[in-house]
Amino acid sequence: MRREEALRAIYDRLNGTAVVTIMGAVAAELQALGHCSNFFYLQHGMGLASSVGLGIALSRPELPVLVFDGDGSVLMNLGGLTTLARYRPRNLLHVIFDNESLLSVGGFPTATATGTDLAGIAAAAGVPRTATVRSVEDFVQEFDAARESRDLATIVAKVEAIGPARFVTDLGLLENRFAFARCLRQMHGEAV
Amino acid sequence: MPVSLSNSRVVFDALKACGVRLMSALPETWLVHLIRLADDDPDVTLVRLAKEEEGVGVSTGAHLAGVKSAMLMQNHGLLASVNGIVSCAQLYRIPLLMVISHRGAFGERDPWQTEGGAVTEEVLRTLRIPFECLERPDHVARRIADAQTLAYSSNKPAALLLCRELMWED
Repeated sequence: MRREEALRAIYDRLNGTAVVTIMGAVAAELQALGHCSNFFYLQHGMGLASSVGLGIALSRPELPVLVFDGDGSVLMNLGGLTTLARYRPRNLLHVIFDNESLLSVGGFPTATATGTDLAGIAAAAGVPRTATVRSVEDFVQEFDAARESRDLATIVAKVEAIGPARFVTDLGLLENRFAFARCLRQMHGEAV
Repeated sequence: MPVSLSNSRVVFDALKACGVRLMSALPETWLVHLIRLADDDPDVTLVRLAKEEEGVGVSTGAHLAGVKSAMLMQNHGLLASVNGIVSCAQLYRIPLLMVISHRGAFGERDPWQTEGGAVTEEVLRTLRIPFECLERPDHVARRIADAQTLAYSSNKPAALLLCRELMWED
């Protein structure tokens, strides 16, 4: 599956959710589908998107939080998976797009290319619900099931190492950050 | 263990008085009482980290979600967090409040702490992070409040160094 297809398939489910993405292709492709003020693109701080999501989830337990992570980023903060599992925020869904490479910096393979199993690592860290999916249909099904479960979940979506033609958009980093914080203040989620 | 419980409580109470409701921490000797106080307080969410840099992300998320937070860490935790501080907290103008035990300064007996102590203040200056030392209980509340005020008015990190005079009784 292509990451862009997976994002497109669940795009209409992101309303009312605090969405945090990593840098690079994920950020560019989600923006290309249509930026919303409840999306925050962490354009650097590699590895920390899941930690930012944890901070939001613990601070606003009534608000659904979604992190779009990547294999390279998760591998830089594997300890963060243990922290996620430890606090088990039931309002957090952690999606890892695993293209087995550092796509935006030359496509060099990551350790998932030689067998590292991120869903297995998440499960062993204590994340209560994990899955690896390889098709858009399975991704959507697992995405919906994970949200329905109202528990911390990590979904590893195996995607092709194909990205957008360009990564830079006209959305300023600080413009995004301040509008996102304002948006969260205005969002009132349900108790999870 | 001659870590000052009473001064740890002064620091903890000052953070709470500033509205800090989330503290991330990685244990170290000087922080034991502070972490226990945070753990025992129902008004404070304590996030125990695997590595300090995660705390930059957690505090960033908390700030974006409208919650005041602080990181409790050793100066080696500051060193372990530098990329996150620069490429997350500074890039995104987050008022990150860091409370850092200043190991390895004058009086340090543990040989393994001495290199970190020698570079801590220079690293903070190089990162252009304003900091003050907490040495006596009578100025703790004022300096913590002032650090947080500057962090919020500038939308930038600020640091407080927990010094031996404050934290260690011998």
